[in-house]
Order: sequence, then C-alpha cells, then structure tokens
Amino acid sequence: MKVKAKMKKGLVVVKVLAKHPMETGMRKDKKTDELIPAKYIQELICKHQDKVVFEANFGRAISKNPYVAFSFKGGQSGDTLSLTWVDNTGETKAVEAVIK
Amino acid sequence: MQDKRRLLLKSVLGFTAMVAAVTVMPKLAMAKWSKAFDVESMDEALNDLYGSNELITDDRITFKIPEIAENGAVVPVTVKTDIPNVRTISIFAGKNPQPLAASFKIPEGTEANISVRIRLGETMIVKAVVEADGKLYTTEKEVKVTIGGCGG
Repeated sequence: MKVKAKMKKGLVVVKVLAKHPMETGMRKDKKTDELIPAKYIQELICKHQDKVVFEANFGRAISKNPYVAFSFKGGQSGDTLSLTWVDNTGETKAVEAVIK
Repeated sequence: MQDKRRLLLKSVLGFTAMVAAVTVMPKLAMAKWSKAFDVESMDEALNDLYGSNELITDDRITFKIPEIAENGAVVPVTVKTDIPNVRTISIFAGKNPQPLAASFKIPEGTEANISVRIRLGETMIVKAVVEADGKLYTTEKEVKVTIGGCGG
C-alpha cells in the first residue's frame, strides 16, 4: 500500500494506492475456464492520532489496485497516519505514513 | 492406552476449535461491511444501507466522471459537495451485477470530497449519493463504456 499525505491549505490531502487483485468472483480463468474466487478489499480505514478520519467500504466494482483520495482538517506536517485494509478472505494489511 | 486415546481426542477437539475460530474471525472483522454490496437492485441496496430509497436531486454535488470511458475496468470518479453535515458518500453503478460500488464514511473534520476508481460493465448511469442530516441527496451522470470492465 502506497500512501502520500501532504499539507495543502490547512488540510491533509491523502492519496492511497493499495496493491490488490480485486477479483469479483465472476471472472473466468482463460486457461481452465473456471471461475476465479472472489477476493476484494471490503474496508479501508485511515486513523490520525487514534481518530478515524476516513473509512471506505468497497464492493466488487472497485478497480484492481484500488486508489482513493480524501482530505481532512486537524493534521500537521510530521504527524503519523495509520491505514489498514481488510479483504473478504480476512487478509489484512496495515501501513503508517508521515504527513509531509 | 485409554489415556492416549483421551489425549488424541483432546487434541482433535482443540484443533477443531482453532479452525472454527479462524473461520469465524474474518466475519467479525467485516462486521461493519454492509450486505448492501451483495444485492442486485439499487433500491434494495439503498434500503439496506440507509433504510430509505428516497433520493433528492441536488446540484450542490459535483460529480466528476468521464462521459466516455474507453476502459470500463478503470473509471476515475470524484464526488465533492458543499452540503453541510455530510456523513457518507456512496457511488452506485445501476447496471453492474451489484450496483453499490463504494461507500465512504465522512467523519467530522473530513472534507466531503473523495476520489476513487471504479469498474463499469457497460454503458450506464452512475449515481453519487450524499447522506446529510438524515436525507439522501443525489446527482447522476451517464458514462459510455467502450470496453466493459467485468469481462476477462
């Protein structure tokens, strides 16, 4: 998961690119003609000082390697953000990012 | 002999309990994720998510999405609004197998301005729904899709 967080006009602007196949469960493997099981991120949460500043819930219609951008007030350059995603199989990934 | 059998039984039971715990865990972790993402009608998805499907068209919502998407697999979307007290923003693609694409919670202090990339299976109307003060505001745009985003 790549995260860029930058101060801009008093707001923290956050851009997130998560590496994930986002399989819908409706796509067939071209070679075997079998359905590829669904595997997609359902929840992506961003916290700043233990406060949830953003929460995204995804369905299967989110593009592969999901990208989201959002912004919030109350952060400062040097603060740490923690981001976590969970997919439908229970796999999870967490990263931290420092606001520039 | 008896003791060994007991021991074996215990370890088998223990293992079963462990497997059960592991399989239940993801469900707990996903407790907040709504079943609205699984339903096939937009009205049903709205009802599951908000308990209402009454939408008020409002031009205070800026909805940026390409008019023509050459590749339905990656369609950039931005939803922005001046409506005060926004709690959530959701994106619905009516003709996708499951219309609800994404739903964002906007806590106090977070701007009602989000971007995401979605998949569109075919040419369709895409709706942005903004929840504020218990009401659902919406705006929509038609996107012409050249190559659908769900095939493979």
